[in-house]
Amino acid sequence: MQSIQMAFKSILGNKMRSFLTMLGIIIGVASVVVLVSIGQGANQSVSDSIQKMGTNLLTVNINTRRNNPINLERVKEMRTLEGVAQACPVSTSSGTLKAGLQQYEDGSIIATSSGYDEIRNYSLARGRFITEPDVTNRSFVAVIGQEVAEELFGSAQVLGEIFTWKGYPFTVVGVLNEIGTSMVGSGDNLIIIPFTVGERLFFRKGINSIYVSALSAENVSIAQESLKTYMDALMVGASSSNTYNIYNQTTALETLNSATATLTLMLGGIAAISLLVGGIGIMNIMLVSVSERTREIGIRKAIGATRRNILSQFLIEALVVSLIGGLIGLGVSVVATHLLTPVLKMTLTISPSIAGLAVCFSIAVGIIFGLYPANKASKLLPVVALRHE
Amino acid sequence: MIYMQDISKCYQMGSEKVHALNQVSFNIEDGEYVAIIGPSGSGKSTLMNIIGCLDIQDSGTYKLAGEDVSRYSSRKLAKLRSTHIGFIFQGFNLLGKLNALENVELPLIYQGVSRKLRRQRAEQVLESVGLADRMKHRPSELSGGQQQRVAIARALVSNPRLILADEPTGNLDTTTGNEIMDLFAKLHAQNNTIVLITHDQGIAKRAERSLQIVDGKIQHETYNGRDD
Ligand SMILES: Nc1ncnc2c1ncn2[C@@H]1O[C@H](COP(=O)(O)OP(=O)(O)O)[C@@H](O)[C@H]1O
Ligand SMILES: [Mg+2]
Repeated sequence: MQSIQMAFKSILGNKMRSFLTMLGIIIGVASVVVLVSIGQGANQSVSDSIQKMGTNLLTVNINTRRNNPINLERVKEMRTLEGVAQACPVSTSSGTLKAGLQQYEDGSIIATSSGYDEIRNYSLARGRFITEPDVTNRSFVAVIGQEVAEELFGSAQVLGEIFTWKGYPFTVVGVLNEIGTSMVGSGDNLIIIPFTVGERLFFRKGINSIYVSALSAENVSIAQESLKTYMDALMVGASSSNTYNIYNQTTALETLNSATATLTLMLGGIAAISLLVGGIGIMNIMLVSVSERTREIGIRKAIGATRRNILSQFLIEALVVSLIGGLIGLGVSVVATHLLTPVLKMTLTISPSIAGLAVCFSIAVGIIFGLYPANKASKLLPVVALRHE
Repeated sequence: MIYMQDISKCYQMGSEKVHALNQVSFNIEDGEYVAIIGPSGSGKSTLMNIIGCLDIQDSGTYKLAGEDVSRYSSRKLAKLRSTHIGFIFQGFNLLGKLNALENVELPLIYQGVSRKLRRQRAEQVLESVGLADRMKHRPSELSGGQQQRVAIARALVSNPRLILADEPTGNLDTTTGNEIMDLFAKLHAQNNTIVLITHDQGIAKRAERSLQIVDGKIQHETYNGRDD
């Protein structure tokens, strides 16, 4: 208790130096906390955007072009499998759309069937989605995203308007609600057309990719199992075993999570080095302080201080400096994450475990790097220390 | 109180050996006021360090209050210093960052005395050396004489059995020095055991007895006779 008071006196007695010593710890702790929370924020926003896509989403990719047994009828059959809610064939392309003098270059064209809106949780602002008859009749109709609608037609009435792609005219039958931009790309640049029209215009026959939604997130593995059984039955007699794959979002999430976890670890590691440098700073200043205060140590010993008194005085001083530095660093990182949140467009939160860890680490740095100077001070012989000038 | 028999202390200076103390023997009784006088470099401070348990002799026997302290651990020596010995140094040796009161409290802190008692005792001692109105001043805000009074108060605060003063007037002018010496006379009158180290014959005369030390040896002893 007494030593803590003495430590504070000595720290306050040399404010500038104490602050400079703390600066190393402040920067170290702040960079650990901020960088780790950026890593965690990135992780969060990636998994958020995957979540947005739907955790009950499965994709079936067919790798054979020849003897592909999948057709539109089979995809409809998939909808009746156990655990499956919806299944749609998907084929994608991109290109430039024209409407009068307006042009839209960043279009992402998706050819699919009715039900795709359910799978992707799309909702319509106006009009209707692609229907079963659109697909069977090969109708040149399209459902477009907000951005497409604005760029091509401005604020004018959009439904019933016509745009052209590759010279073919499409009638707009629906506009999607705004989806927003996520890590996996913009959602408002979509042009959704009937699958059969896509087959013709993409010059790509057959179904190579099917989006399937499970009844619920809990049903994903059941749906995956029944899809596998179904596909295996269809693929009997196929020459290669690797004729199709089924992916679910959980696997994707896990892959991404492990990638961002590595990133977080790396950032944290780099920042930890700066905390270490801060610790060496403490040791350096403490050593200077010991040799500067040799006479003080001599006086204290002459009037009855034991080795332990001196050891704890210097150790507590190092500890208090690093603890205060750690707490200031934490404060700095709170401010920094608040300032960075709008810049990085992700929600940065400081997890209590990281905050606690960083402060504990700074205390450990104080003890480890304060021990040597404190021990050195305590071992000084009083006569030698008193002679020192 | 103090029993010294054939005390020697050598320092190695490069290749040369310096006999700072050479076979010194003397006794000091309880309540005595003794001056140790000698020219600079004669070994006075070395002697005081041994008496004050800051240093240990190379050979010979030193007993403080009947105890052979050469076998004490550094911890036990620290305890002994804080409870039995009050040091007064030539350069005052106050801690510049603490005020007068805090400086005086310091020995009691190391003895583990409670805050309230500590403060009470320190104030009382500072009053007795005439610094009642300077308690919150730092050493840099005090004159040399006042600083030495703080140092004396610090030496007295734990009621030591022995007061050791190494050239207490060395850094003071004659008038202030005399005031300090009057304070020592008062302490002696209160039955304190005092060992005073000086190179000044006039100062030494104010003690009951002087031991003259030259080149690490006691040359002769003078009884100044009591005033009464
Ligand atoms: N730590 C030391 N190392 C080397 N020589 C020392 C040391 N302490 C004292 N001496 C030498 O011992 C002699 C006596 O010193 P000291 O006791 O300080 O004398 P005084 O206090 O009478 O001036 C001197 O010659 C001094 O140089
Ligand atoms: Mg001397």
